[in-house]
Amino acid sequence: MTLIGKSVPRLEDRELLTGTGRFAGDQNFEGQLHMRVVRASLAHGRILSVDTAAAAASPGVFAVWTGVDVADVSPINLRPGSALQDLEKCRQHILAQDIVRYVGEPVAVVFADDPYRAEDAAELIWADIEELPPVVGLMDMPGEFAPGVSTEPAVLVKGYGDVDAAFASAAHIVDCELSVGRHAGVPLETRGALAIWNDDENRLEFHAAAKIPHTNRIALAELLGLELDQLHLFEGHVGGGFGVRGEIYPDEVLVNLAALRFRRPVKWIEDRMEHLIAANHSREQTHRIRAAINADGLILAIDDEFWFNQGAYARTHGATVPVVSATMLPGPYKVPAYRATGRIRLTNVTPAGTYRGPGRYETTFVREQLMDTIAAELDLDPLAVRRTNLIAADEMPYERPFEIGGKPIIYDSGDYPESLARFLDHVDYDAVQAEMAERRASGEMAGAAIICFVELGGDGPFDDVRVEMDTDGRVEVITGVASVGQGVETVIAQICADTLGIDYAGITVTHGQTDRIARGQGARASRVTVMTGNATHKAASGVRGMLLEKAAELLQSPVETLEISDGVIGIVEGLGEGPSVTVAAAAAEILRGQNAPRIAVEESFENDRATYSFGAQLAVVVVDPLTAGVTVERFAVVYDIGRAVNPMLVEGQLVGGAVQGIGGALFEEFLYDETGQPLSVSFADYLMPTAAEVPDVECLVLEDSPSTTNPLTLKSGGDPGITGAGAAIAAAIGDAIGRPGAIKRLPVTPLRLRAILRGDADRKQEKNNAENGVST
Amino acid sequence: MTRIQLNVNETIHDVEVEPRHSLVDTLREGCGLTGSHIGCEHGVCGACTVLVDDQPVRGCLMFAVQADGKDIRTVEGLDDDGAFNALQQAFHEHHALQCGFCTPGMLMLATWIVERGLPVDDNELREIMASNLCRCTGYRNILRAVRAVLDASGQDGAGA
Repeated sequence: MTLIGKSVPRLEDRELLTGTGRFAGDQNFEGQLHMRVVRASLAHGRILSVDTAAAAASPGVFAVWTGVDVADVSPINLRPGSALQDLEKCRQHILAQDIVRYVGEPVAVVFADDPYRAEDAAELIWADIEELPPVVGLMDMPGEFAPGVSTEPAVLVKGYGDVDAAFASAAHIVDCELSVGRHAGVPLETRGALAIWNDDENRLEFHAAAKIPHTNRIALAELLGLELDQLHLFEGHVGGGFGVRGEIYPDEVLVNLAALRFRRPVKWIEDRMEHLIAANHSREQTHRIRAAINADGLILAIDDEFWFNQGAYARTHGATVPVVSATMLPGPYKVPAYRATGRIRLTNVTPAGTYRGPGRYETTFVREQLMDTIAAELDLDPLAVRRTNLIAADEMPYERPFEIGGKPIIYDSGDYPESLARFLDHVDYDAVQAEMAERRASGEMAGAAIICFVELGGDGPFDDVRVEMDTDGRVEVITGVASVGQGVETVIAQICADTLGIDYAGITVTHGQTDRIARGQGARASRVTVMTGNATHKAASGVRGMLLEKAAELLQSPVETLEISDGVIGIVEGLGEGPSVTVAAAAAEILRGQNAPRIAVEESFENDRATYSFGAQLAVVVVDPLTAGVTVERFAVVYDIGRAVNPMLVEGQLVGGAVQGIGGALFEEFLYDETGQPLSVSFADYLMPTAAEVPDVECLVLEDSPSTTNPLTLKSGGDPGITGAGAAIAAAIGDAIGRPGAIKRLPVTPLRLRAILRGDADRKQEKNNAENGVST
Repeated sequence: MTRIQLNVNETIHDVEVEPRHSLVDTLREGCGLTGSHIGCEHGVCGACTVLVDDQPVRGCLMFAVQADGKDIRTVEGLDDDGAFNALQQAFHEHHALQCGFCTPGMLMLATWIVERGLPVDDNELREIMASNLCRCTGYRNILRAVRAVLDASGQDGAGA
């Protein structure tokens, strides 16, 4: 039975299709209190006083806290290894102590017996805040976060090769300034948390946990002053993650602290406006990038300086986004010498963390616009410039001589030029270009572009899995990962079933329950299928070995002559006839006389290398010359995943990611006014694509380059849809308006594109005037 | 508090509500039906879409008292003793859901489209389904799932 590679339907669907899921808001505990957060309404200021008297006297209110009530709780730590220089000095307290630094920062909390009454009371709280001058713009002069701590707390430098020598000898030097706006994952379920003190077990329980329950357990226990065995996290259904959901924020700590102090269940469900100003933002960067080129368009060196807007505080991810940005910018191209200087800047806006494809979405836009600018300045074909610079198949494995997270960057496998060629064929790019040329000749602003990228994921350091089987042959796979909706249960069940020779549909996959397995890495950085998949294979192989050994004894036949197929152990086909035994019967025999109800095999899969895969995207757009609105007519993705466990789910990731990325390319942006007031506080201001704004995304999933980092040869698949989407849309618009490289900032809103078109029109008019001898 | 009667999925619920309680809050907290989800509470995302007297309604924009005495249908009423109906089955087969948070709203909106019995071409289908937001699927598979059910029921929109 081969289940790896089959597009079987998901195990997760039943509850989600019948309305019986357990999302955060669906869970309740007897006697629970509801928490409501009071948030700062100024971007920067000194708290003079917080008047809670009216709120405390409001009906149903149990308690009100301000900063002083939680002054003993230390600020939220950055994850080990993610801090840089002074970043740790810029952590956030769970309630503001003296100073507020962004609109939305928690200043007080109300606990009441009903969520409506908690909100009523919260509105009665008056925080008297003395305004301080805010730093809002990323490129504004740095100020002071605190005495002696700059709002540029860290500068990172990554690179290799002799950059200066390359620039000195280059035939051409191309430079540009490129920016990506402030986006976020914005899952459809807002954040939420429930905490309850379990007296029988002498432990605190945090329900509705997400993403990285085991990691958060360690961090939360430390913050709350609990022994590790006094805290357990439990994941229910999670309505989307995208990097933002499941980090430790002030709100989640407050819920747990309250349940601990009150010995009473506490529930908190964030509303949408809160989510848009309080959950992590991401993306915002400005790059000043220069490339040294030879006469053929071959890049000799890249020198990049970039600014990353961390917002008001350092959060759990620390410097992750700028580090990934700096190291993944070269992408699929050779770039023999490289230097990136990343300036992490704090400003008085919502703090930043990761968002799906962190550092890659941004730098793929920057790098691919650079490629188009090179093509334009050297009068070369944009695709030819990319081909000239692509890493060749015989250069694999390709090592970039710097390190990311202490590990070398080694692109494990791939034939990038061949994958690109297959994609061009698949989308019939010659015909696409001919059609665009024809449409432009008839006056339409239509254009197409292809961009390339490298995706990373599947990193370690480890994942543990325990496979258990009872006397009826029923299997449970207990993992330390989490589900954010991507199909973890199905994929892990497929790998387990494939290894054991049984049906996948009866397998239970457990995730996000810290009381079921000691360690776990969660669902981050596109790693679950690779890491948990391999650990599952290892543990299931152990169970398989036990079953075969027992069957060999029962069937009086050597192990080598036996196989498991459809849940039955028998003689390998072609080796003749013989008796057989069911997996369940063999399991029952193994357990006979033993004191355990289940066979159990636990294994670790350890890996210190990430997987790297090639992808490319095609966008076809048409621009309305009057409104400067952009219509995306066609969008296609090619991705060499090495080996797809479930191709249907891989496509699901590619399509969904691409549409999210198109959102960031054209519509989505958190904007602020000059005082730091957020202007994007509802879905009427933060515009995400609906079905009407996007085409049906086409996918070409290749399995040409198996990974060399893991036995199952799997590569990551969570982010390639989104990684190139900003770049592809920008490049296609450049083609449509006849100015490759013209797009300098995402999202390309009508306002910004109209300014570019007007600039073009003005230049054309000036040129005509000059030719006709008219002075302007 | 006001006492109202909601006929939800052919079961009568007598519930006490404050005038300010939204329909979706009341369905979730008053009737114990948590399948209808709350995504934005300002009528944009559509995760709370339910049918009120067979018309799609944002459960967050209607007060519970406005639904007094009306017939309401939610995602919990779609399956037949655990057996998927045609739309649920199509969503399952076409991988039209990932996290599943928007799914109840998508299913109820699609139920309205299918039950109208009118031909629907691809453009109209896209336009109607654009009423609701999904952050995971990129919409392609949702449209394919609804299309498959429409085609099977003769609402293929050809020549429409």
